[in-house]
Amino acid sequence: MIVAQKKPIEEIIDEIKGFKRILIAGCNECVTVCEAGGKKEVQVLASALRMYFMNNGVEMTIDEITLERQCDHEYLEELRDRIDQYDAVLSLACGAGVQFLAEKYRTTPVFPGVNTSFIGVTEQRGIWSERCQGCGQCILGQTAGICPISRCAKRLLNGPCGGSTKGKCEIDKELDCAWQLIIDRLKELGRLEDYEKIIPVKDWSTERAGGPRKITREDVII
Amino acid sequence: MRIQYPGNIRIIRVPCTGKVDLIHILRAFEKGADGVYLVGCLEGDCRFDSGNLRAKARVRQAADILERIGIGGERVRMFNLSSGEGPRFAEFATEMTEAIRALGPNPIKAARKAA
Repeated sequence: MIVAQKKPIEEIIDEIKGFKRILIAGCNECVTVCEAGGKKEVQVLASALRMYFMNNGVEMTIDEITLERQCDHEYLEELRDRIDQYDAVLSLACGAGVQFLAEKYRTTPVFPGVNTSFIGVTEQRGIWSERCQGCGQCILGQTAGICPISRCAKRLLNGPCGGSTKGKCEIDKELDCAWQLIIDRLKELGRLEDYEKIIPVKDWSTERAGGPRKITREDVII
Repeated sequence: MRIQYPGNIRIIRVPCTGKVDLIHILRAFEKGADGVYLVGCLEGDCRFDSGNLRAKARVRQAADILERIGIGGERVRMFNLSSGEGPRFAEFATEMTEAIRALGPNPIKAARKAA
């Protein structure tokens, strides 16, 4: 999923002060799972903001809605009839959702309520970590299911480097060396001979370095 | 036991403190409560394993938010006791009431009146 973090409330207050009618829009997908922008977070943020502005003598209407997704037209359309009632929207969706909302409703300012961080997993409740950088050319089949692009600080295709000590990365004692993990798993799989295979230079044009990406699937376009 | 405790407290019964969500605490303040406290079972004694620990975490979250928005984080607290400790319940009620009296009323109430 896409993992995001709540913005500090002080930053959000700064974003929306000056507006009179605000709609806080949550998203039922990834940001719900990482507890940053789901229905619960919308309720809590709305309540806190109402109290803040009331306490500071500022009259402000703060309403709440949580859409199924903000990255799809059909769910964003649910705002069509009511968006004009608001001076601004505070979206708790990921960066994709915030932008799609802004693209669709061009005359209403949209502000982000979360910092979108990475594609990752829930290690345990409250701990999320990165697993994928969307490089567009998956090599997990060659690396024992562990991604050196997202989990090695140097994105090495043939590692580890000299900074790997006792299974940890030199940039952080807590951070596992991705290549140590790959070697350990290859051992467990009984496929250590795969480690000897040199992975050739990667085509980075499918990664963000090749500019903003777009996928067109003729087979599913109606 | 007929133990006395301050009469200004409104008790809301829940099956377990783990049932109390962050939004319940915040809504109480939004509606003008001067303070909110949760009384749960002793840590390690939760019948549902971790209900009181969940409550403790939510009290912490509520305190953080209330502090940041200028209402005051010390207005929300968590207490623990066993179900046999009636006198402790009354002590907590007195302690919390005194703490909140010292802090004064929830500023939201005055702000709402002024609006």
